[in-house]
Amino acid sequence: MANSEGTQIHTVEQQLDSNLESVDSAEETVLREAGSLGFDEDDLHKIGISIRECMVNAVVHGNRYNAKKKVHLKVERGADSITIWIGDEGDGFDPADVPDPLHNDNLMKHSGRGVMLMQAFMDGFEVTTRQPKGTQVKMVKIKAVSN
Amino acid sequence: MSVKLTTRQVGEVTVVDASGRITLGEAASTFRDTIRDLAASGHKKLLLNLADISYIDSSGIGELVSGFTTVANQGGSVKLLNLTKRVQDLLQITKLYTVFEVHDDEAAAVRSFS
Repeated sequence: MANSEGTQIHTVEQQLDSNLESVDSAEETVLREAGSLGFDEDDLHKIGISIRECMVNAVVHGNRYNAKKKVHLKVERGADSITIWIGDEGDGFDPADVPDPLHNDNLMKHSGRGVMLMQAFMDGFEVTTRQPKGTQVKMVKIKAVSN
Repeated sequence: MSVKLTTRQVGEVTVVDASGRITLGEAASTFRDTIRDLAASGHKKLLLNLADISYIDSSGIGELVSGFTTVANQGGSVKLLNLTKRVQDLLQITKLYTVFEVHDDEAAAVRSFS
């Protein structure tokens, strides 16, 4: 498939169960696509950790391990970037509700750092409401231009 | 790959050599239980050698923080040794570099507890 600029787009879509095995599976799928695009090891690590954080949020906080609910993964590999959508079927999520993990009051909290890591490691990060129900996260990583 | 933890005693300091990945699930539980067991059995000077840790997610970071707090609440301390560049970056991003004492020389790290 090609987009409006004529760039070839390769797309993978999967529906995953709401368990931790799906976290590994999604990471493997995305890293395979990113690896074929030529991302370096550091970027692959950043992409991998971002996928894991997002999948954990979808499985644990979104779908709450509910076996009847799925996590929806879509990966688009373009000429120089990879775009990932991860959607859950939970009750919805507003990233603005997450306390700032860098605030002194929160620094020693056990959790609450996942969104910050995704924002730090990816070039694009967007949270929207998924229809008919749930949350969808879109993440983009652009391949660095090699010298 | 999960996490593997082995402990050895260097004087009064307990060195925990960790390898693998500390991520949500069994690995994070193993890490948490090991630190808690050590603290409960009176090991209050813990040096975590993370040289062979390839990967830590936010859950793993949470366990590092919890371990630090658990041991500190019992009058002890947890310090970190031999961080990889990736783990260093994680601690920078999360501002936890300001919390943990980090060493890259084991002998100096052991001496720092006395």
